[in-house]
Amino acid sequence: MSDAPILRTAGLRARVTEEEMEILKGVDLAIRPGEIHAIMGPNGSGKSTLAKVLAGHPGYEVTGGSAFFDGQDLLELETDERARAGVFMAFQYPVAIPGVSIANFLRTALQARLEDGEELDLFDFQDILLERMELLEMSPSFAERAVNDGFSGGEKKRNEILQMAVLEPSLAIMDETDSGLDIDALKVVARGVNTLQEERPAMAVLLITHYQRLLNYIEPDFVHVIVDGRIVLSGGPEVALSLEEGGYHEHRKLQSTVSAA
Amino acid sequence: MPSNEAVQDIGLDDYKYHFITEDEPVFRSGRGLNEKVVREISAQKGEPEWMLDFRLKALAIYNAKPMPTWGGDLSQLESVLGEIFFYVRPQERMERSWDDVPVNIKETFDRLGIPEAERDILAGVGAQYESEMVYHSLKAEWEAQGVIFDSIEDGLRNHPELFREHFATVIPAADNKFSAMNSAVWSGGSFVYIPPGVELDTPLQAYFRVNQEQMGQFERTLIIADEGSRAHYIEGCTAPVYSTESFHSGVIEIVVKPGAHFRYTTIQNWSNNMYNLVTQRSLVHENATMEWLDGNLGSKLTMKYPSCYLVGERAHGSILSIAYAGNGQHQDTGGKVVHAAPRTSSSIVSKSISKGSGRASYRGLCKVYEGSTDAKSNVECDALLIDEAARTDTYPYIEIDENQSTVGHEARVSKVGEEQIFYLMSRGMPEEEAMALIVRGFIEPIARQLPLEYAVELNRLIELEMEGSVG
Repeated sequence: MSDAPILRTAGLRARVTEEEMEILKGVDLAIRPGEIHAIMGPNGSGKSTLAKVLAGHPGYEVTGGSAFFDGQDLLELETDERARAGVFMAFQYPVAIPGVSIANFLRTALQARLEDGEELDLFDFQDILLERMELLEMSPSFAERAVNDGFSGGEKKRNEILQMAVLEPSLAIMDETDSGLDIDALKVVARGVNTLQEERPAMAVLLITHYQRLLNYIEPDFVHVIVDGRIVLSGGPEVALSLEEGGYHEHRKLQSTVSAA
Repeated sequence: MPSNEAVQDIGLDDYKYHFITEDEPVFRSGRGLNEKVVREISAQKGEPEWMLDFRLKALAIYNAKPMPTWGGDLSQLESVLGEIFFYVRPQERMERSWDDVPVNIKETFDRLGIPEAERDILAGVGAQYESEMVYHSLKAEWEAQGVIFDSIEDGLRNHPELFREHFATVIPAADNKFSAMNSAVWSGGSFVYIPPGVELDTPLQAYFRVNQEQMGQFERTLIIADEGSRAHYIEGCTAPVYSTESFHSGVIEIVVKPGAHFRYTTIQNWSNNMYNLVTQRSLVHENATMEWLDGNLGSKLTMKYPSCYLVGERAHGSILSIAYAGNGQHQDTGGKVVHAAPRTSSSIVSKSISKGSGRASYRGLCKVYEGSTDAKSNVECDALLIDEAARTDTYPYIEIDENQSTVGHEARVSKVGEEQIFYLMSRGMPEEEAMALIVRGFIEPIARQLPLEYAVELNRLIELEMEGSVG
């Protein structure tokens, strides 16, 4: 894992568009291909904002710092261009698109990756979709349902994993994918991520989570603790375990020391 | 394309079907509407005396009725009507086979994809070019079953009794100002008769377009679905773009006899300077079902409310309507159901999309007469706004004179959300594609009721209209 980072942020700062207060106050992060990074932090620490800023959510604006993805200036790319370049974000609260089947949605997403004038072969697509669903142990009928329309929390997350499997990103950002999931659904998500990474070992994963429990099922290479818009502690899986015991309280104290310094 | 400012103002640059084929009409009436024009039309068609009388009475009713003051803005209409030709006849005789159709007219149809559809899928085609049927074919086995699918003129000529028994019984000339106008100057349209018990698997289909500048089109269609029969009629049209106002006012009458099942599908895409004021009504007898599937795109103003008069026990009426109002357009559409017998049921599902300065209004009437016990009606209106400026209104009129009945009404307005667009873009779709996908999903419940080639066409037309809706 000595490759160049696929994602590198330096001093990344951001706020909600047209609001005064910064939420990210200088985030430095380097993720290499194949690495799994977990970002943990209390509510309001900015961990979810980081995910959205990387994916290009229009509700946030970058106020400073840089982010490079696979050698390109990520901040110069539109949301859809980032996706086509290989960034994928699994949503915490995926929205419903009534009347659009998952299959149709994914076909449109794959078609968007082709050159102008190139047509995605329908049979090829069907093969890809079925093969991906089989890998994730999903029933083919799932793809006929309208995207997230009337889905349970677990179904929404399965849908995110399926999209990730079909779109084959080089960086998968899981934005609190574990929130609101029962333990079975959590296992499904974890198995999905693990399966996909086994299949494509170069895929980097950024797990954004409040809880340690997801990390029981997806083992991170690195854990970062974010408090008040800054990464205050980075280390191996043991950092997550220490959080489990001490909570974020200790790191808040650490944060005030850092700020004071 | 005329480099007229008015045309550019309403953003017609990307209008796909803007092409004009050269042709010389055989006969053209003078501008405006008067008795002379009406007499000329009737004489040109060699009609029986009763029809001329009917037309002249209708003209008197038209002149006596004031312009409607509800619905869309008709204030410019009077001056428009003074300028248009009320009758144009491109050819002297009816065509039976595709080979006989003049080349320039074929070209127009070719560009609309008609021949392929006709050869591969469709069993019968009635294509209305300007005011007259120029091409009309019917599958041999249907003729053997006694099905009549003719131009309205031939219907009158060849089936005088059947015609007279039903003509103007569903929509009398005096129904409204525009049905009176149509009754005075009608020309072209279809006459359809499905004999008792006959079931048609493939739809009957008419495709027509207006092509003569400043020409009003007043098609008149009369359909009789006899007892226990089952059929589907499809009408679709697209008109080329002109710089001056244009006008279309059709009358569609359908009689659905006991136990029959009839569906009428329209996809209309008028050029954006067209006034489209149509009266469509069905009379639905006991145990019969009538379904209207109505798609309205384009036009400057459309006022159209397909209706079902449920006059027999357990009659059922269903209206599915979809409207797209782009810049400068007003779609005032919806449906009307009248319950006049016990255990009748109806449903109206209306979906509209408004973009830019477009305005989509749902206008619906549900009337339940006393004695229509256990009548049931359900109305659902769903409006999608593409951007901040777009407008939608709902005007549901409900009149219930029977306590023992159930009427439900639901209306929803949604905006294409930033989160939805972001979600789709985060999967790699450009913004325009994301928007189109959301809109396709919105109309999917209606599109899936259409035959495949029409669903594809509807999606394509809407995508075309959506172009440039982003940014």
